Amino acid sequence: MGGEERMNTDLVSMFFTFAKIGAFTLGGGYAMVPIMEKEIVDRKQWLTREEFMDILIVAQSTPGLFAINMASHIGNKARGVMGGIIGSLGVALPSIVSILFIAMFFRAFKENVYIEKIFMGVRPAVVALIAAPCFSMARTAKITLYNLWIPIVACILITAFDVSPIWIILVAGLAGFVWGRIRGEEKK
Amino acid sequence: MIFWQLFIVFTKIGAFNFGGGYAMLSLIHNEVVEKNEWLTSSEFTDIVAISQSTPGPIGINCATYTGYTAVMNEGYPEWMGILGAILTSLSVLWVPFLLMLTISKILLKYSKTSTITNIFSLLRPAIVGLIAAAAILLMSADNFGSPSESTFQFIASLLIFAFAFIGTRLFRVHPILMIILAGLAGLVIY
Repeated sequence: MGGEERMNTDLVSMFFTFAKIGAFTLGGGYAMVPIMEKEIVDRKQWLTREEFMDILIVAQSTPGLFAINMASHIGNKARGVMGGIIGSLGVALPSIVSILFIAMFFRAFKENVYIEKIFMGVRPAVVALIAAPCFSMARTAKITLYNLWIPIVACILITAFDVSPIWIILVAGLAGFVWGRIRGEEKK
Repeated sequence: MIFWQLFIVFTKIGAFNFGGGYAMLSLIHNEVVEKNEWLTSSEFTDIVAISQSTPGPIGINCATYTGYTAVMNEGYPEWMGILGAILTSLSVLWVPFLLMLTISKILLKYSKTSTITNIFSLLRPAIVGLIAAAAILLMSADNFGSPSESTFQFIASLLIFAFAFIGTRLFRVHPILMIILAGLAGLVIY
């Protein structure tokens, strides 16, 4: 899919979509993935699920904030550089406004007993939200019995052996490149 | 000049952070608490806790808070503090933004070539493992309560987890609605 096809969006609605994503991401990082997937792939259809995964990989292996990386690429894909700027500002805005508010007025915010109760409920749900897309993504990644070991080994290396995801990405990318070359040679 | 220092330090934090989130905390602590003494160590812990319960990436949260506090501690008026918060937040963003935009342009241009296709053919299965790992690492006592200390919270957390998982997987409940429901559940049961 090229970047040139018409996208059903204007910059204003793009800004609000990303602001919505930013507003409901608690704790940052991967917690944002399920919400982004729903909004960007299912609803707005700015990216296919496959493109979404590809950009997830790139966002994870580039320095900087994961959310900003995602927003700037998706915005750029849908509406060019302006889209990238608007997307990034949109995703950052709820964060800036809420923390500024807290810094100014509510230093005791975190001691509020109701807030704490709400977050005791929210935290396990966020973990479930992160776990759930693994299955839809497994289909997109064309995981079969033959390559099922790849995600499993990656997962074990990270959780049990504390390997940085950066290494997994580097090795998998390099292996894909070499493997593709070898298969290309065989065809000839 | 405090504004210039904030800009430099948070540009550095944004540019040298891989993988986002918690990976960036030690770097922020080093710069903000130890080197520049903009925040005390306990203020820093507070902001991490606040970041857990407010929207947005933790890096931006820290930047906003530090920007405001550092400028106010220098004795500037309120509006200068707000300006400092905005400046600091943007400082942490601009390098990753430009870098990602460049990569994005390259990726869109060459996404059809066999080299890129080959690279992503093995990366896609690997990223599924990465996300599963993130979920597993988050199944901690911080998020679920510990079974020995707070049995009720632990069991309630497991139920909320199962409910949220099934809700989003099978019934396609919107993740934002799920978070709101879980928050309400917490308010009612605890």
